[in-house]
Amino acid sequence: MKPTDNTADTYSPQRRQILQVMGALPLLAMPGLSFAQATAQVNTTKLAVTDKEVTVGQLHSSTGTMAISETGSIQAEQLAIEQINALGGVLGRKIRLIKEDGASDWPTFAEKARKLLINDHCAAIFGCWTSASRKAVLPIFEKENGLLYYPTFYEGLEQSKNVIYTGQEATQQILYGLDWAQKEKNAKSFFLIGSDYIWPRTSMKIARKHIENFQKGKVVGEEYYPLGSTNFGSLVNKIKLQKPDCLFVAVVGGSNVAFYKALKAAGITGVKQLLLTISVTEDELTGVGGENFNGFYASMKYFQSLENENNKKFVAAFKAKYGPKAVIGDVTQASYLGPWLWKAAVEKARSFDVDKVVAASANIELTSAPEGYVKVDPNHHLWSKSRIAVGLPDASFKVVSESPNLIKPDPFPKGYQ
Amino acid sequence: MNLNIFQSWNTRYQLISLAVLGVILMVALPLCLDIFRLNMVGKYLTYAFVAIGLVMVWGYGGVLSLGQGVFFGLGGYAMAMYLKLEASDPESTAIQSTPGIPDFMDWNQLTELPTFWLPFNSLPLTLIAVIVVPTLLAWMISFAMFKRRVGGVYFAIITQAVALILTVLIIGQQGYTGGVNGITDLKTLHGWDTRTDSAKLILYYLCVVLLLASILLCRWIQTSKLGTLLLAMRDKEERIRFSGYDVSSFKIFTFCLAAALSGIGGAMFTLQVGFMSPSFIGIVPSIEMVIYAAVGGRLSLVGAVYGTLLVNSGKTLFSETFPDIWLFLMAALFIGVTMAFPMGLAGLWDKYVTPCWKRWLQARRAPAPQVKAAPGAQAEVSRKVNVSSIHEEIPAGLGA
Amino acid sequence: MTPSDIFNITLMQGFAGLSLFAVLLLMGLGLAIIFGQMGVINMAHGEFMTIGAYTVYLGSVLTAEYAPEFMPYYFPFAIVAAFFFAFIAGWLIEWGLIRFLYQRPLDTLLATWGVSLAIQQIFRTCVGPKEVSPTLPDWLLGSWAPSEGLDIPINGIFVLSLTILVTLGVVLALYRSRWGLRVRATVSNRVMANATGIDTKKTDRLTFAIGCGIAGIAGAAFTTIGSTGPTSGQLYIVDAFLVVTFGGTASLMGTVVSAFGIAQTQSISEFFLAGSMAKVLTLSVIVLILMIRPQGLFASKVRH
Repeated sequence: MKPTDNTADTYSPQRRQILQVMGALPLLAMPGLSFAQATAQVNTTKLAVTDKEVTVGQLHSSTGTMAISETGSIQAEQLAIEQINALGGVLGRKIRLIKEDGASDWPTFAEKARKLLINDHCAAIFGCWTSASRKAVLPIFEKENGLLYYPTFYEGLEQSKNVIYTGQEATQQILYGLDWAQKEKNAKSFFLIGSDYIWPRTSMKIARKHIENFQKGKVVGEEYYPLGSTNFGSLVNKIKLQKPDCLFVAVVGGSNVAFYKALKAAGITGVKQLLLTISVTEDELTGVGGENFNGFYASMKYFQSLENENNKKFVAAFKAKYGPKAVIGDVTQASYLGPWLWKAAVEKARSFDVDKVVAASANIELTSAPEGYVKVDPNHHLWSKSRIAVGLPDASFKVVSESPNLIKPDPFPKGYQ
Repeated sequence: MNLNIFQSWNTRYQLISLAVLGVILMVALPLCLDIFRLNMVGKYLTYAFVAIGLVMVWGYGGVLSLGQGVFFGLGGYAMAMYLKLEASDPESTAIQSTPGIPDFMDWNQLTELPTFWLPFNSLPLTLIAVIVVPTLLAWMISFAMFKRRVGGVYFAIITQAVALILTVLIIGQQGYTGGVNGITDLKTLHGWDTRTDSAKLILYYLCVVLLLASILLCRWIQTSKLGTLLLAMRDKEERIRFSGYDVSSFKIFTFCLAAALSGIGGAMFTLQVGFMSPSFIGIVPSIEMVIYAAVGGRLSLVGAVYGTLLVNSGKTLFSETFPDIWLFLMAALFIGVTMAFPMGLAGLWDKYVTPCWKRWLQARRAPAPQVKAAPGAQAEVSRKVNVSSIHEEIPAGLGA
Repeated sequence: MTPSDIFNITLMQGFAGLSLFAVLLLMGLGLAIIFGQMGVINMAHGEFMTIGAYTVYLGSVLTAEYAPEFMPYYFPFAIVAAFFFAFIAGWLIEWGLIRFLYQRPLDTLLATWGVSLAIQQIFRTCVGPKEVSPTLPDWLLGSWAPSEGLDIPINGIFVLSLTILVTLGVVLALYRSRWGLRVRATVSNRVMANATGIDTKKTDRLTFAIGCGIAGIAGAAFTTIGSTGPTSGQLYIVDAFLVVTFGGTASLMGTVVSAFGIAQTQSISEFFLAGSMAKVLTLSVIVLILMIRPQGLFASKVRH
């Protein structure tokens, strides 16, 4: 990890270690940052915090259809918490994790969120993956004043006091990619394809506005298929009929595999056709198969192959824990950020109280993030870079383009609604 | 005459078991559980509405529907639409490009409320819709099917297809329905905040009262001539038809009744849980609801409630501790109940507990004069009838 | 847009419908035997397909590990293995479960639903919750392009030919073999069949297992189109039942015709409508026709 610049907001493990050494010398212990701080001071809202431990929750699907996607998030969050504990925990307290299974079922998510907040008094909860599960638990978090770290790239149009969004919101992910397609690949006509639910639909709405109003390009088709659909024969023919310059794709889950196999089987390959997707990460790519995605492009903020010191350490630690075949996708990395961001905010606030942690979260910076430097905006989303990568035959990504600066999150984009 | 005594005893027995259920739900559980767990029990009880509907349709009518989730969902959606409109007043939706409409409509670029949402501005109309919409759909399906004497397996599969259609439709038309997310973030009912603890308690009691009332209604139907006809129809449909009865009308009525009950359950679900989503309409929840009735005993209304509570609390308990084992247990439940205990909990009770209970009663009455022992002996006989009739019912009822 | 373009697209669209037809028919065939001939509502049918699909995946992993040079040829063998694995699983489940429930068709529905849950969890525990797809031999990938702008998917051709092969096999077996004779005799009158010396129990078991084996072949073939996960089977089950019911349960011909009709309706409506609406339209048409003609397209004469 990089040496840290010593602003109060900045967090890095080394600094924590230094502080621990300092804490060992009682006279040098800094008030507030030391772990000797009394529990009554750091916890005024009856959270599950003792002198030794702080309890947090994890709420993902380990069963059901979404288990496919959420397993990576579960692993990354556990890895982060393990690392934090190895460094001494948060405010001198080890993190205790209560894991609940949302079972890919939104009411179960709501029920378990209630349990984690009301029964277990979790100081923070890392979880949810789909928008539907987030929407199901959101009223509960707002009512019980809980704190949720939500890792997935999502449609935006939301900003809750009780949620920190560690993935990209739609404009961050989409606009850079579309501009890249227009400038670098000279794409003028676009065909939009998505699974039929809120995230692809909202994303495509933003994409269409951007293409038509800002790029002065043309949208020649917009198609949505039911979740889990495996029948794309007719769609392929529509694509052939329209001959778009660029396919812009947000097909998710099991449909992904069928979709790319259908393209390949119809002779639509990376050589002949520009395709840009916002829904294929390394996780999906292993299922889709490198040969089916070869030469297509994905727009994300993180790829496993990113070249930087933070990421090398992260990938090594992840593989050491979960085996050499484990892959890390965009959401997995965003999940990994959650516990670290929470720790940084708690230490800035010198309290576990949700209100204080939320207040402290604005402008928190994390230099140790695998994706590079990130910053929490006052609107609870992260500033992050966008990247374009091309799929290789061995089911990995090679980054071909990166936004020069961090992109400001804009969950309610003007001109796109 | 023998039958009469049996029936009066049976009625009293049924009433006692209903009273026990009432005491458990209204006194024991609220005393033992905190409001969080009680709210969960309240949620499970909403499924019990579906389960008792299934007892009527499946146990008594002999028609298995795999689409009860549809009616549960319709009732739930009707209620959710009302609550959503109330939650989407212009102030709290000021951030939208069109304030005053539900947020998901705004996300989908709708600029005004669709016409079919308009009735849900009114609470009375909503309450009517909760019952009428599921009933109407049930009538449309069952009228076409039963008039043509479609039953058994075909009916099950067509109801499944209906469940699939409705799910795809709701997910696909998200501008109008909220899509996969469902209708979320519901706050108040006619100005009354449903999210507070006291509101949860009141809603729980409302749910229990409605459930007990529904059981009484179904019980009344069972003991009426209609109930007798239903049973007879299930076992020898042709004979009833030749006796001059319009078999299909009875079946349609029962199916509509079950749908209306499911709709009420759905509405209570929305009120207690605070949202509605298409995941209750699909095939998987519909089949799970059948297992609630099967575990409880497909001929017992009270049993269906216990079955629902048992399966759901088991699900919560086990999925909290052993998520992997839970599905195996669920599978074992499906297989075990159908193979070993086709009459479910109620069947077990009748087979093992009732005889002991009777023997104990008899023992108490033993010192009494000879004459007084007669009813006990008759009850003993009728018990035998009862048990053997259960055994006969299995092939007859399900082979229909 | 030249006329040759339109011609090509029409041709490819026709083929898209044909390959969907092949998929539906392959799904429905096993069920047509189990549900149509035996009257068993096998809700675990989808899971027997996943058994086949996982067999192919296993084959691909093992081949890549131990005999990489054998990679181009493993697929046909994997399909045969898929048949046998599903066949054995079907045999065991008939022996342990189904044979007790022939008198209670609606109960088979619940019991087999339990079986499907158990099989799903076994896959989840043993293989993992992630969807997998086997590495396919190169000859199965890509498209056959007889002329410029005309691409016929090779996996579509493969599934179509496999379906034709299996269908012919089933027809021959049912109408030209001793087993088929016994099955038909048992279906039309179990008691009489028994009386003439047919071992109906053995026939039932074999029939159920063969139906499951065909489901295994279907699952194996679908690995060329989509991916396989523990819950993939549930995606297929309703479609499979609709194909069989729509065709008229006791008629193989009906299954073929109904698969063709459903596939073309869906494929054509998908071309002109949005994907979700096409699905709703297709399903609604099926349900409406079933309401008007509950016995399905091709009804057998004996019904109750």
